[in-house]
Amino acid sequence: MKLQKATRCALFAVLELAAGPDRQLSANEIAEKYGISTNHLAKVLRSLGRVGLVEAVRGAGGGYRFSGNRRRTTLLDIIQLFETIDPIRNGEREDGDDTAEGKALCQVLMEIEDTARATFASLTLDTMIKLVERSR
Amino acid sequence: MANSQTKQSEKKCVVRLAKAADIPQVIDIDAENTGLFKDEYWQDLFERYNNRAADIDDDVQPKSVKRYRFFLVACDGDTVLGFIIGEIRAWEFGSPPCGWVFAIGVRNEIRQAGVGNTLFEALNDRFRKAGANKVRTMLARDHTLIMSFFRSQGMMAGPFIELEKDL
Repeated sequence: MKLQKATRCALFAVLELAAGPDRQLSANEIAEKYGISTNHLAKVLRSLGRVGLVEAVRGAGGGYRFSGNRRRTTLLDIIQLFETIDPIRNGEREDGDDTAEGKALCQVLMEIEDTARATFASLTLDTMIKLVERSR
Repeated sequence: MANSQTKQSEKKCVVRLAKAADIPQVIDIDAENTGLFKDEYWQDLFERYNNRAADIDDDVQPKSVKRYRFFLVACDGDTVLGFIIGEIRAWEFGSPPCGWVFAIGVRNEIRQAGVGNTLFEALNDRFRKAGANKVRTMLARDHTLIMSFFRSQGMMAGPFIELEKDL
């Protein structure tokens, strides 16, 4: 499974900012660590700001900080801001889907989508940060 | 908005094998979580897990019977704060003996205070003492709250997939 670039940027940014209480970083600092475009990241951070997950800190030494609840925010909450991980479950249709073969294929793909959704929905940022620590 | 990562302060509790007198409180906690009063179900579980003739009513293993089923409660005095149930299952679907957790519940008002964590660790300790080095559970995909709890304990997807069909 592959996540879109914006989604990955958002996940990196949120995991980075939520890693410690009152942690404050600039878009440049985050972009540099993950090798991503600062411009792209800035757009992503604005999207995260609109839903209250991060907030911009003005002034010298400003940047961004996490403003959500890391024990309640899940990976799915963030991913869904940028993409749909279960398009078939959400009614997206492709050529051939109305054939018996297409229906059977959709059934199998929906099984995979449901598992992916359940996995992302069960992982809070707090748990992810613990997982990151264990991976160091 | 400030970083709201607040958590209830850790609730002190003692974990021990459930006794008959605890079961009404266990039923209440389960009903609080599920909306169902399953008196007969919980009494039956208690009989099968903690009340066999060969068992004793504390955590010391009987000389002749190795305990492999655990119905534990977390208590503050006489108040049951939560419960957990698990057992060692051996060679199920070809898997070497491992611990299985199949029920956990904590009073709603003390969620996020570490009681579930204490219960889970206490059960894992007993599994380890019984020789298991792996713990498993199975959950409904849409039961996000409980799945998040087990994830927070470091559990990840295992090598088995549950399959079913209508009969």
